[in-house]
This record gives sequence, C-alpha cells and structure tokens, in this order.
Amino acid sequence: MIRLTIDGKEVFVNEGATLLDAARKLNIRIPTLCYHPDQEVKANCRICMVEVEGRPGLVPACAFPAREGLKVKTSSPRVRQARWNILELIFAHHSKDCLQCSRNGNCELQTISQEMHFDRDLRYEQAQRGNGKDLSSPSITIDPSKCIACNRCIYACSEIQTVHALARGKRGFNTVISPSYGRKLSESPCVGCGQCVQACPVGALSVRDDRQKVWKMLDNEEKITVVQVAPAVRITIAEALGEDPGVVSTGRLVTALKRLGFARVFDTDFTADLTIMEEGTELIERLTNGGTLPMITSCSPGWIKFCETYYPDLLPHLSTCKSPQGMFGALIKEYFAPRLCKSPQDVFSVSVMPCTAKKFERARTELGRNGYLDIDAVLTVQELARMIDQAGIDFKALPESNFDAPFGLGSGAGEIFGATGGVMEAALRSVYEIVTGEELADIEFKDVRGFEGIKEATVQVGSIPVKVAVAHGLGNARKLMDQIREGKADYQFIEIMACPGGCIGGGGNPIKNWAKMEHRAKAVYDTDRKLPLRKSHQNQAVKRLYDEYLGQPGGHLSHELLHTHYTDRSDLLK
Amino acid sequence: MMQETRIALRFLGKYNPDSIEEFCALGGYEGLRKAVEMGQKNLIQEVSDASLWGYGGAAFPTGKKWSVVAATKGKQKYVVCDADEGEPGTNKDRVIMTGDPHSVLEGMAIAGFAVGADKGYIYLRYEYPQLFPVLEKAIDDARKAGYLGRNLFGSNFSFDVKVVSGGGAYVCGEETALLESIEGKRGEPRYKPPYPSEAGLFGCPTVINNVETLAIVPSIVLNGGNWYASIGIGHHHGTKVFTLSGNLVNRGVYEYPRGITLRQLIEDVGGGCPDGHRLLGVQTGGASGNIISVDMIDFPMDVEDCAAAGATFGTGDIMVFDDTQDVLEIVENLLEFFTHESCGKCTPCREGNTRLLQLIRKIRRGDGTMEDLDTLQDLCQTMKDCSLCGLGQASPTPVLSTLRNFRNAYLNRIERGGKE
Repeated sequence: MIRLTIDGKEVFVNEGATLLDAARKLNIRIPTLCYHPDQEVKANCRICMVEVEGRPGLVPACAFPAREGLKVKTSSPRVRQARWNILELIFAHHSKDCLQCSRNGNCELQTISQEMHFDRDLRYEQAQRGNGKDLSSPSITIDPSKCIACNRCIYACSEIQTVHALARGKRGFNTVISPSYGRKLSESPCVGCGQCVQACPVGALSVRDDRQKVWKMLDNEEKITVVQVAPAVRITIAEALGEDPGVVSTGRLVTALKRLGFARVFDTDFTADLTIMEEGTELIERLTNGGTLPMITSCSPGWIKFCETYYPDLLPHLSTCKSPQGMFGALIKEYFAPRLCKSPQDVFSVSVMPCTAKKFERARTELGRNGYLDIDAVLTVQELARMIDQAGIDFKALPESNFDAPFGLGSGAGEIFGATGGVMEAALRSVYEIVTGEELADIEFKDVRGFEGIKEATVQVGSIPVKVAVAHGLGNARKLMDQIREGKADYQFIEIMACPGGCIGGGGNPIKNWAKMEHRAKAVYDTDRKLPLRKSHQNQAVKRLYDEYLGQPGGHLSHELLHTHYTDRSDLLK
Repeated sequence: MMQETRIALRFLGKYNPDSIEEFCALGGYEGLRKAVEMGQKNLIQEVSDASLWGYGGAAFPTGKKWSVVAATKGKQKYVVCDADEGEPGTNKDRVIMTGDPHSVLEGMAIAGFAVGADKGYIYLRYEYPQLFPVLEKAIDDARKAGYLGRNLFGSNFSFDVKVVSGGGAYVCGEETALLESIEGKRGEPRYKPPYPSEAGLFGCPTVINNVETLAIVPSIVLNGGNWYASIGIGHHHGTKVFTLSGNLVNRGVYEYPRGITLRQLIEDVGGGCPDGHRLLGVQTGGASGNIISVDMIDFPMDVEDCAAAGATFGTGDIMVFDDTQDVLEIVENLLEFFTHESCGKCTPCREGNTRLLQLIRKIRRGDGTMEDLDTLQDLCQTMKDCSLCGLGQASPTPVLSTLRNFRNAYLNRIERGGKE
C-alpha cells in the first residue's frame, strides 16, 4: 500500500493507482474530460491538474501515479486559477448552442462547468472549430464546433474497434478530429458502430437523428406505420429516460410506441428466432456438406461492413442470413402488407434499434426489391427516448401492453441476442436439439456469456464436436479474423458483434461504461430466465410462418427474403 | 577573437566526410574500440565523470541517462540520435553532421554498447534533406570497415544505424513525439511516465541523445571523463557549441568552454552589433528561451547560471537584437511560430498559443489594455504549469520575459493606443 496526503487527509492506495483514484477514495471531486473509465489515460485536456508539493508545475491527477509520501493539493489558489483558465480556453473554442444540443443535460463539459462555477466573462474572442457539420454518414453526425479534442473517440475507433476512421487532422488551434485526409465520414472506413458517440463527452459526435422522418409518417393517415423493436431496446430505453441501468421495460415500451401512434408494434425477438432457424440450418448444412467454415454470424451491421472493408477475402465465411432487422423488413413488406391488402409502399416500416449501424444497413439495396427498401426508418434508443419525452409521455407511469400479432412472440433465445454470446447460445440451444432430437439438460451456455473479449467453447452435437468462438468489439473480431486468414482458427462457428458487450453496448443506447453494462447484461439474462419459451425452434409463431408461408428453413422463399449477399468495400481503405 | 576549444567540432574541416579512411587516420573509431575494451560499467563511469549533459536543450546528465537504460531489462533496446534540429537560430547539429558524420555514428555505437542496444536511429530534420545521403554514405562506409554491424572488434557487441526522415514538425524535437514519429504515427508527445528509458521506441528501453552530445562522447572515451570535465572555465565543466545569430558581426557556430560569459560571446566572439547599432536584447537557448535586456548579459553560460540570471541555456542559441528591432514584433513573430508548431494535443498549448498571439497583435494594433497584460501573465502561467510537453510549457517564456525585462515596450504601446 502507498500512503499519501491529499488536501491534508491521509489516504492509502494500491500500487498503480493515480492521484485521481486516491482523491476519489477520499470523496474529493476532481473535474475530468479526456479521462474515461474504460480507456487508457490520455492526460491531454489538463482540466484535472493538481499541485504536488516539490514539483515546479501542476500535474494531471488522471495520470500522475500515487507515490509514497506525496503531498497533494486539489483546490489551492493555483489549481483553481489553472482550471478556470483551461475551462475558459475550451469555452472560447466551443459552440454555445447548449440548449439545442443532443447532449444538453447529459454533457460532461456542462457538468464540470456547473461544478466549477465558472462565471467570469471570457477574455478571448469566440472561435469556431472546423468547417461545419459532417452529415454524410447515415449513422453518425460530426459537429466539430463542439469538439474539445479530447481524443476519446479516436481511442474508441482506433484502439478498441481498430476501424481507424477518425484521426486528428491539422495542428494546434486548428486541430480537428475527422476522417483522415479531410474526407467525409461516408468516404472513410467508418462502420457506423457509434462507439465514438458513446465515448464523446460532449455533442461533437452524435447519433444521426431521424425523428422528423418518423413523426411525419406517424401523422400521415394514408400510411400504416409499423415498428419493430430490437431485443436490447427493452433493456436500455428506461435508462435512456432517466431510470437505472438494467431496468427492463418491455410492456411499457410497447404502450409508449402505441401512444406515439404506431399501428402495429412488433418484436424483433420474433425474427431473432427466425434467424436461429435459418442460420442453424445453414450451419448444419455447412458442417455436413463441406461448406466454408468457420461460419460467422451476420446480425451486426457494423461487423458486416468491417468485414467487407478489412476482410473481403473472408466474406464466404459470413452466414448469408440477413440480420433480424433485415428479415423483419422483408416480412413486413412481403408478407404483412398483402395480408392487409396494402401495397408494400403503403406500409411505413420503422425499426427501433440499439444500433447506429442499422441506419446504414437499412439503406443497402439488397434489403429491398422492386424499387423499394424494406425498412423505411431506423430509430435508435436515444431518438425514441427523445420522441417519448417530446410527446409528453411519462414513461415511468405507463401501463404495460403486449406486442402485436403475427410477429409478437419471441423466445428467451431471441431475447439474449442483446448481449455478447447471445446469438451463439441461442443457436446452440436449437442446433443441438434439432440435430440430436434430444432435449438439452442445461440450456444455459455460460462459457459464451460475459465480457471476456474472445470466448471459446466446444459443444458435442451428436457425433460432431462443434468448436465455437464469440468476439465482441471489432478489435477482438480482428484478432479472430487474422487467425482465420492465417489458417490457424479451428472453429466451426463464430459469433461476432461489432460493439463491446454486444447490442446492449451499441452506439444508439444511452451513454455507457462497463459498470452500466454489467447491469444491462444481467437484465438480459434475467429476462430470458423468466420467459416460458426459451428456444427459438419452439416458437409457435415462427413455426406457423414456415407452415403458412415460408416453407422450410433454408427453402426457396427463405432464400429470397431472408438471405443476402455482401460487397467488397476494401476501396474505402485506399 | 577568443580561441575556440573544439571537442564536438573536433574534426570539422579536418577530413572529407566521404572518406572513412581520413576519419580513421585522425583516430576515428578508436573511441569505440576503447569503449568496447573498457566494458559497460567503466564506460558509463567515464561519461558520468565528464559531467556531460544533454546538449539538445534539456541538459539531463548523459551518464545518468545511460545508466538507467543499461539497468532496465529489455530484449531490445534502442539508441536514438535526435537530429531534429528545429530550434530557430540553432544550426550546430547541421554543422556537425555535415562536417563530421562519423563522430556522431561513433558516439551512437558507444551509447549502444553502454546501454546494451544493438540498433540506432538517426531522426533527421525534414529540412536537412541534403544530409540524408551524407549520413547514409557514412553508415555504409562504417559497415564496410567493420565499425557498424555484427560482433564489432571480435566482441559479441553488434550495432547498426538507420536514418529516418523527420516529419517536419518542431514538436518532434520533443523526445516522445520524436519516438511516435519514428513509429510512423502523428508526432505528438506522450505522457511521461513511462519515460523513454523504460518504455521508449516501440515500447523498448531507449536512450535519446542529441547530435552534439554524441559527437563529444568519443573524445571523452579516449581522453577520460576527468579530462573533459576539467575543460570548463572556473568551476564549470566541459564545452558547448553555441550558435550566434541575429544582429551580430560574426554570426556562426562556435564551441567554447562552459563558463564563458554571454557578454564575451556577444562582444568578443560575435563582434557586437553591426553598423554601430546598440544592443537591445538577447534571446538565449532557442525560440522558447528568455529574452533579456542589454544590462543583464554578464553571467557565465551554463545551465544554473543562466537560470539564475533569468536567461536560458537550452540549445546554446544566442539570438541578438539591436536597437532597430521592436521587441513586441519579435514576440509576435515567435508566437506565430509556436501557434504554427503546437501539435494540438493538450488544451493549454493548443488554445493558449493562439490566444497569446491574438493578445499581442491586439496590443501591437494599439487596442490593448492593462487588463490584457494581466491576461497575458495569467495565461502564460497556466500554460507553463499545465502543458503536456516542453513546447507549451516553454512557449510563454518570450512573453513572460519581455513582460518582465521590456515592460515599457508594452506600456508605451498601450498608452499610445491608436496613435502611430
């Protein structure tokens, strides 16, 4: 243990602790901006400066190691003056439209300003960073005028996700964070995962907001506006509206959507189950007929674009299944609309997703036919929360409702799609029972749960030992893909999710950290445990769809509606 | 003019840099041979006894730096020669590398032997492209002659050197930004700790020395640490290469014993201001050095004496201004430089330099107020206290030192207001 003194109070910390850790132990608050609990220390914003006796300058508390006998002052006149001066420099180069900002009320710069009670007139001319917003991406908006150049987004994009879409451009006062060579985000290798949005302390990176598009259709009486809700949304929407992380609000969410005016509220858990039927069939087919192995899941659009960009040579490993959103879109336009005697164009299909990359997936021409797209708009959890708020709905006080038929039934297997390892576990539950004809003794595959970056398991399915792996976060995906490329991966089946933690860690959720993620993941598995139906192949609604419409999993119509193909996008790296 | 004492400049003009034979005929690479014979421990002791400091500006004791890297465990270690001589008004490293590239290579190999590194990089200033082939030729010749490469002098010590071109940024003279740049990344300083001696180039223990420092090392090995330490004037140790620039009759690069006074350098060596002009002030140590007035120049040039006199030792740059110059214009010019060269990583330097520049311009325009002087002072203090690396910590120095030493220049300008 190391003993040191902060503001006259003695504190003991472990080797490796920083002055910030030590101060927090004493409940002394030090403002931070570039510091993020889930990232490496950057020490570049310099707002957390403290005074250490015997040192000429001030030191950043977030980075300076606690050492035996240090005497630290966190609120001396020198520290207060320095912090105000730094904050003033940031203010003078930060746009002041807080009241219209997506992060209003949820902004780290606002928070520390409130805590530091900075109230003097700025001594410098107001300046604006960058040359206006980058609206080129369907997923993410960059507003450089709000950027404080903390580098958290670059860490998320380059270190955690290894996408390398964002970099620091220019120098000094003109520093801007943008794709390399001043390109637009849409011209960069950005996969739209939104982890940069999650990492941004201010409103410089935000989810592309499509609310107006949806409001307009909700008000249009000639259109039937339907909505599908992804598994993770019920886990994080309450949190987005101010409740605790991990509060599950499925029934209230359905009620809120109905009050907003959606004609039907469908459960994407349904197509998650459908995905398992299709993907499981594809896996069995590949295992028994010498197809390309390992087969890799294709639910996560950020991951798909990553693979198309960085590993186009390995595209045959991807399952040809559309994502659950994509399958749902096709069913709504091709199966549901005719049942209402409507043309596909008369049904406006919205999906609510934890995911910013789904906005890009929506626009893929493969996900549509005859000149129309299957999904007309994608809202993230953040946008839906804003709509609920905007409509004056008191979410906490809402009664519960059920999803609508014919796509209202989902299993626990569909439910766990929201967490890393969930698709794998759901697939194993069904593949095992379909292949062996036996009931699983224990349907919980704990080896593929949790936040370990890459997880492995081997499951004996009849006579076939199936070795599986699960990766979440694209940095971990890259490790597995490199192994496959080098011929060193002996897996048969791999689940990859672009976002760390899986969909509950998706870019469209409320701003996260790993502590919140623990609560969200627990909520996912608790929900599964409480459901009477926990296996996809036992979903009667899915069975009925096959009987009445699709025929067999992997059959002709399935292939037409539920499967897709991929595009080499390695040009984006040039 | 006082006689120079040439150690770093020992072979300048004495051999053709194209000819390793000529270099060897002067005793070149004998220091390396002796170093390998005397062993790591004795070698570091000699360098420590020499009181050799880093001459790139930071003045860290070289022996101490080497002993830390030598003691740090690591499969791979590196020697990096900082040849990113970006300090405005400093040309000493260019002069050394142009005239005597082999002494630099010899110094690097000796450093490599001292710390247990087998690989060296010369990070060459982007604006010195003419030196690239000179250094590459010298490396190639040294390899062929058996002074670089595997198992030197039949020992198990191997050492080789590669020249890499700098990225063209002033901040890459900062050692960790330099390392980032060699690694192919944007040249931005790292947070220290860890220091390069523990985790430097590619995460390996790395010793980074300036060209001048390394060029002196072979002489120390040949003649002993005490010999070098005894050269200085009075209680001062060793020599320093000074670059005399600005309004002087004899501008140029000169090597003198440490302890020579600034007045001697300006008047005896530099020959004073040309055309009978009066000396107004001097900036010592480089662009981020203190600017002092004419009445402050009677002190010996060494690190501590400079600090005590309110000046800067730095890279040994002496930039002289005569009475035709406007101090505020000089400050504005320096701030334009720092504004351009700030990498943008940390807030105080990224934002602060531009704000200082705007305030100085406001004052020079005649729109300045007394409050602006307070703001300058206040912001400079924050930049000094809070910046991540030496660039932002030191860039306010010209402002602070002129506020102190040339306050009337500011007051007069503010008082005059819009009137010319």
